[in-house]
Amino acid sequence: MKIWVWADVTPDGPAPSALELLTKARELGDDVAAVALGPGATASADALGSHGATKVFASDDEIFANHLAQPAVQAIAGLVEEHSPDLILFPASYDARDVAGRLHARIGSTLMANATDVLGPDKARTEILGGTKVVDVQLKGPTPRLVIVRPQSFAAEPSGGTAEVVDVKVDIPDELTTAERTERHEEAASGPRLESAKVVVAGGRGLGGPDAFEQLEKLAAAIGNAAVGASRAAVDAGWVPYSYQIGQTGKTVKPEVYICAGISGALQHLVGMKSAKRIVAITKDADAPILKIADLGVVGDLFQVVPALTEEIEKRRTGS
Amino acid sequence: MNIVVLTKWVPEPEGTPTIGEDGLLVREGADGGLDPGDEYGLEAALQLVEAAGDGEITLLTMGPEIAQAALQRGLAMGAHKGVRITDESLRGADSLVTARVLAAAIKRQPFDLVIGGVESTDGYTGIVPAAIAELLGLPGLTFARELHLSDGTLTIERQTAAGYDVVVAPLPIVITVTAGATEPRYPSLKGVMAAKSKPVETLTLSDLGLSGDDVTPTQTVAEVTDAPPKQGGETVEFDDTTAARIADVLAEAKVI
Ligand SMILES: Cc1cc2nc3c(=O)[nH]c(=O)nc-3n(C[C@H](O)[C@H](O)[C@H](O)COP(=O)(O)OP(=O)(O)OC[C@H]3O[C@@H](n4cnc5c(N)ncnc54)[C@H](O)[C@@H]3O)c2cc1C
Ligand SMILES: Nc1ncnc2c1ncn2[C@@H]1O[C@H](COP(=O)(O)O)[C@@H](O)[C@H]1O
Repeated sequence: MKIWVWADVTPDGPAPSALELLTKARELGDDVAAVALGPGATASADALGSHGATKVFASDDEIFANHLAQPAVQAIAGLVEEHSPDLILFPASYDARDVAGRLHARIGSTLMANATDVLGPDKARTEILGGTKVVDVQLKGPTPRLVIVRPQSFAAEPSGGTAEVVDVKVDIPDELTTAERTERHEEAASGPRLESAKVVVAGGRGLGGPDAFEQLEKLAAAIGNAAVGASRAAVDAGWVPYSYQIGQTGKTVKPEVYICAGISGALQHLVGMKSAKRIVAITKDADAPILKIADLGVVGDLFQVVPALTEEIEKRRTGS
Repeated sequence: MNIVVLTKWVPEPEGTPTIGEDGLLVREGADGGLDPGDEYGLEAALQLVEAAGDGEITLLTMGPEIAQAALQRGLAMGAHKGVRITDESLRGADSLVTARVLAAAIKRQPFDLVIGGVESTDGYTGIVPAAIAELLGLPGLTFARELHLSDGTLTIERQTAAGYDVVVAPLPIVITVTAGATEPRYPSLKGVMAAKSKPVETLTLSDLGLSGDDVTPTQTVAEVTDAPPKQGGETVEFDDTTAARIADVLAEAKVI
């Protein structure tokens, strides 16, 4: 079984998703390779190798970073034709999703999105209706089968291996470079990243406005190593930037503790946080769906609960 | 300027859909309508045409007869005409089939821009527009949260995990528009009345020159099971002891 992993790379190294997917790929087959295109690809080969890739098809060409998915699809379609993999796993990132979407149309292969597990070379699992139903999907048609996996579906574990780097050389026709990425902007965020924080404190429509997020920031600061997130309602209202959004169209988080305030628990929100180890939900509405999945649900006014909790934690910290 | 807006009919856009015996979403007889995610793209199209002073917006949908309701809503918002592809053999269509059908329908007429949603509310695979772009041999500018058109070149702010990128491409192209990129208008009464006399074409697979082989789904539902229910949950009313109880949860998790 030839299992490939699409590795998102930057000059800082491979994305965590690449290492997660390689760990799973090792379980599915013994011939595991990674495809890494763009600046940072060759330099990522060590990390990819130590997580299970025996080969890394790599190109550091800037064309892949500057012209969105078309050059990448041209390259990977060529590699697929030459090496005939059975299965390719993609992360659910903005760029990789486009590459996978285009590739499946180009080669006529099946593509399953939103997978939460891969059961074999032709079977993958997803969860629907906010994670209340588990659906196993049979993948058919010509190989390779393509699967886009939700972030943090697997924990990355090193295998201690090394990878052979195979240089990818392709001529990219000019008509595939008409779309151009001309600027990149990062919205500054303070504190730990949402995806890797041990504790996530999230707020929703119940906060009533941007000011209340300061209360959550204070709580996060009291806890330490906590990140602040939000529901889409709070993001759409413009109270916090999109980079805070947790859920189907936002980030997937899997912290030790997830504390949310003023979030009702819509299906699209639950898919992004329900795998948290412990869930504490604060809401005014005793019927809110979030209470069904919370380990500890608190029915009350968040403007009372959040400050009280912040105070309690500060008290414990100072030992008074 | 000719703009094609992809408009999907979805069951219960605001509610909880039901799943049938075959593991597919129940569409027949369900309440439904235009996917709210597609209204952002349609609004963007309306604004582009209004700014240009001329242009035609064609709504395109693949779905059963009830999908007509989605077209009707879009026409009432101001689109000029609609195309619906309905065929028995399309039940259970996956993203590959959907993209092939929609791309074939798009190709039947000249166009400058194809606009879709970032992901549909019921399927949320978010891959159909990229697949269409590939089949049409065009760039795909996905996740646009802001767009500007000038001299036949579209510039978008593309949403990213950390912020946004600026991406530029000459028309014709395929784009997807994020929720919140625009503020979709409500249909006016006049719009609703006018929609009734706007042209809607219904097509089958053979009208598109596609065969059964082109639309054979490449994935099927093997099994649907209930996720194991979460154990040990407890709900309490807020009182003097609550803060300490939450802090205990944090302490058990060894994060404070
Ligand atoms: C295609 C699609 C994708 C989506 N993707 C996402 C996504 O990625 N992430 C996401 O979050 N949503 C997403 N949504 C939106 C989702 O359906 C919900 O609309 C959204 O999650 C609701 O946010 P909320 O819980 O903050 O608001 P609401 O549902 O309005 O809930 C507010 C809660 O706050 C409580 N409350 C009010 N005041 C107080 C107070 N003083 N104290 C305590 N509690 C209070 C209320 O009782 C209520 O329970 C998506 C929707 C669609 C259609
Ligand atoms: N059956 C369909 N008819 C019209 N447009 C569709 C259809 N399926 C998907 N789309 C478009 O593609 C976008 C993404 O859909 P999906 O890939 O299913 O998440 C939607 O928001 C629509 O704009």
